[in-house]
Order: sequence, then C-alpha cells, then structure tokens
Amino acid sequence: MSAFMDRVGRMDRRWIYLAIALAVIIPLIARLSFPVITTPIVQNIFDKIDGMPEGSRMILSADFGPSTVPENMPMLQAVLRHALQKKLKVYLLTLWATGIPQLDAVEQNVLAKDFPDRLAGQDWVNLGYKAGNQGVINAAFSDFPGAFPVDSKGRDVRTLPIMEGVKRIADFNLIICIGSGFPGTKEWIQFGGDPSHVPVACGVTAVEAPLLYPYYPRQLLGLMGGLQGAAEYEAVLVKHYPEYEARSQEAIQRMGPQTVAHLVIIAFIVLGNLAFFAGGEWRGKRA
Amino acid sequence: MTLGPWLEMWVGALLTLMILSFLYRDNPFYRFAESLFVGVSAAYWMVEAFWTTLVPNLFGKLYPPMVSFALPALAKNPPQISRIIPLLFGVLLLLRLVPHLAHWSRMAMALAIGFAAGTNLVRYLESDFTSQIGQSIRPLVVTQPAFSLGGTISALVVVFGTLSGLVYFFFSKEHKGAFGKVSKFGIYVLMISFGAAFGYTVMARISLLTGRMEFLGRWISQGFTFPG
Repeated sequence: MSAFMDRVGRMDRRWIYLAIALAVIIPLIARLSFPVITTPIVQNIFDKIDGMPEGSRMILSADFGPSTVPENMPMLQAVLRHALQKKLKVYLLTLWATGIPQLDAVEQNVLAKDFPDRLAGQDWVNLGYKAGNQGVINAAFSDFPGAFPVDSKGRDVRTLPIMEGVKRIADFNLIICIGSGFPGTKEWIQFGGDPSHVPVACGVTAVEAPLLYPYYPRQLLGLMGGLQGAAEYEAVLVKHYPEYEARSQEAIQRMGPQTVAHLVIIAFIVLGNLAFFAGGEWRGKRA
Repeated sequence: MTLGPWLEMWVGALLTLMILSFLYRDNPFYRFAESLFVGVSAAYWMVEAFWTTLVPNLFGKLYPPMVSFALPALAKNPPQISRIIPLLFGVLLLLRLVPHLAHWSRMAMALAIGFAAGTNLVRYLESDFTSQIGQSIRPLVVTQPAFSLGGTISALVVVFGTLSGLVYFFFSKEHKGAFGKVSKFGIYVLMISFGAAFGYTVMARISLLTGRMEFLGRWISQGFTFPG
C-alpha cells in the first residue's frame, strides 16, 4: 500500500492529462448525458423572457470570443431562440471584436434556420461590434443610435423600423449579456442596468460566475454560470418548447463528459491527498 | 463540404494539436502556434476597431461622403464638425510615435484617463459599493411570500459570511477571543469561496476541452474526405 501511495505521489502529471482526455473523449463517443434540473437563478431568466409582452425590446450582447464558444454559444442560442419564440425585438451587439463571428454564427444557425420569417431590421438587428468597452455602454446610455450608427450590413440604423422609439438604454426592457470577461456583464450592470433601472441578466463562463454572484438578485436578475447554467436553460427551454429538442441540447450533451471528468479530478485529488499524508512529508513541514 | 470550410477545419485542427502538444512538453510547434495566435489576434482587433468604430463613428460623421465606398447609407447624412475634436485628440495620441512631439500626446492621454476615472469612479461607487451594502442588508428570516428555510439559510450565510470576512480583514484589533473566532470563521468562508471558484474554473476548462475534442472528432470524421 505504501509503495502504491509513493508511486501515486510521484506520478508524472502527463498521466493525469491522459486520464482527463479519456474522461472527456469516451463519454463524448458514448453520447453519455445526465438529467439536468433548472435552478432558480437560471429559471428567473427564463421566466422573465417568457413573461415579457410581444414586441418588448431586448439587448443581447455577445461579449465573448472563439475561445469560450463551447460554454457561451449554447447560452446565446437558447436565449435567442426563446426571445424570438416570444416575438421580442432583439438587438444583437458585441463589445468584443472577436464577438463578430459569434453573431454571424447565430444569424446562420438560429435566425436563418429556426426563424426564417423574422425580418432583419424589423424583428431583430445585428448592430455588430463597437470598440470602447464600457465607454460604448456609457455612450449608448444617452444616445443609443449615436453609439451604433450602422448595423452589421452597413445600413443606417435610423432607417430601420426596429429602431423606432429607441433613443437610449432606458428604452429597452431587458439586457442580457452572454460574456466571458471584460468588458461584459459587470460593465452592463454598472453602466447600463443600474443607472437606467433596466433589468440585467447574464450567461457567463464558469470562471466569471463567482465574481458576479454578489450582484444577484437585486442588480442581476439571473445568471447562467458556465456549461451547467447553459444546460439548465436548455432544459427549461426544451421542457416548455419541445420543438427545440433536437437543436437546443448542445450544453446538455456536453455535461456528460463534464460530469465524468469531474469525478476523475475528484479521484485524483483524494488520491493525491492520501499519498501526501501517507508519505509523512506534512509532518516534516509542520515541524 | 466545400474547399473553404475544409481548409479552415484542417488549419484549426493542426493548430489545436500544436497547442495541445505542450501538455507533453514545450516544443517548436507549440511556440509557432502561440506566436501565430498573438500576431493574428493583434491584427484582427486593430482592423475590426478601424472598420467598425473609426470608419462609421468618426469619419462617417465628420465627412460622410468619405465613407460612401464602404457605408453608402451614411453618405447623405449632414457632416458633424464637432467630430474634429476626437480626431484631433486621436492625432495627438499618435504623436507618441514622434519623439520630439511626444509630449503633446499627454493632453489626449490626460483626457482619456480623466474621463475614464471620473465615470468609473461614480459607477463603481454606486454599483459595487453602495448597492453591494444594500444587497447585504436583508431579513434574516425569509417570510415573504411564505416562510422559506432555504432562503433563511441563504440570508444567514450572506450576512454572517460577509461580516466575518470583513472582520478577518480588520487589523486594528488583535484577533483574539470572540473577535478571533469570528475572524477564523471568516477565513473558512473565504476558503470555501476560493474552493467554489476553483470548482467553477475546472468546469470552465473541461468545457473548453470538450469543445476542442468535439471539433477534433468532426475533423477526423469529415476532414479526410477531400471536397469534391
């Protein structure tokens, strides 16, 4: 036993990498998935969108790049599907230059495929990217069309029917930020939601989520934290709108490998601690 | 699959494998992919900022016919002469590149820093300070709309966790006796929150790994069929 623990203590970390890789690949191939239960913090976002009257205005800011697509894209797609299903007016934009391809992707994968009858410029608009971080939100706070003078196709936003009545951020009914860092949810709360009293909700990477919990529930209506948050939103969306079952399951599927990988990591943490205490090195360090 | 996406898939797959090769050991393929990523990212941000911000928000407003080749929709708008001010400050900022005129850039820098500090100060103070204090002041027993045991426990954790965490960072009194015990509880609260943050970080990294593995799976299944 002692020799085994000694070998565990001296294990080459590359074996751990291999174990994690297998813990992800095998469930992916086996399409392993587990039931997902929606928690109140995610349910709040769903309920808010579900209860909004037709034609309400929603900013959907995709503040993430390709590096966090596996976490953020399922959130963005699920929220966009839900909003369009409820016939809300959706204003897509991004504060990240690398967010432009993500908006193009949802145009192709969600808007063109699931909602071909919804018109760009009337039911939704892609306002594209603006440099300036929180400065853009600050500018849009008092002059929204001034901050976004053209949409992603180069059309003057003042000529678009969807921009009728939109002067400032306070004219919107909901702000949802799908983000992975700075600028993102925190800036939307500070410069958009708090001063205008427009509710803010978010879907963020797991790394970002603990930093945003203090804003919930007064400054942040709801929060999708990481892949689990995305899976919870997909679960509640599919439960209420089964027509999206085939297309809105990405995060739920990815939670299978996630669960197995977590079990492997927990096993390694327990083994590592056992090896540490069995080795007796902790006694020497204490002395 | 057409040739363009097929090539994209191959470039993406090879670069992914180059980056993952670092897990075995540092090597030239990894360093090539890393350098390529840094260079492409910098260029991408610069080009996008120019075409999506400077062109429509500055040139397109200062003298709209100037951008008619790219944004014909703006060409008929009246010029906004006031935009010459941000243009002037932008030029001043670029004077950093001319050694004997570099001191002029300080004016633009001072404006940018002053503006950012002023707006950030107010917003941070309101959203991250006063509102956060408000978030911590809540009923310890949740009875609205009905009694909630979970809500009550949550409120107790928030209030006493916040207070004990603050006590830990209070250094004007020695951490002894009851004060010391509260401070020690504060450390446990901090450690639990760090543990939760670490757990979330693990979840994030595994999510990204899953995404890459899915992509490599698509590459293996589709990438070896030449587009026809």
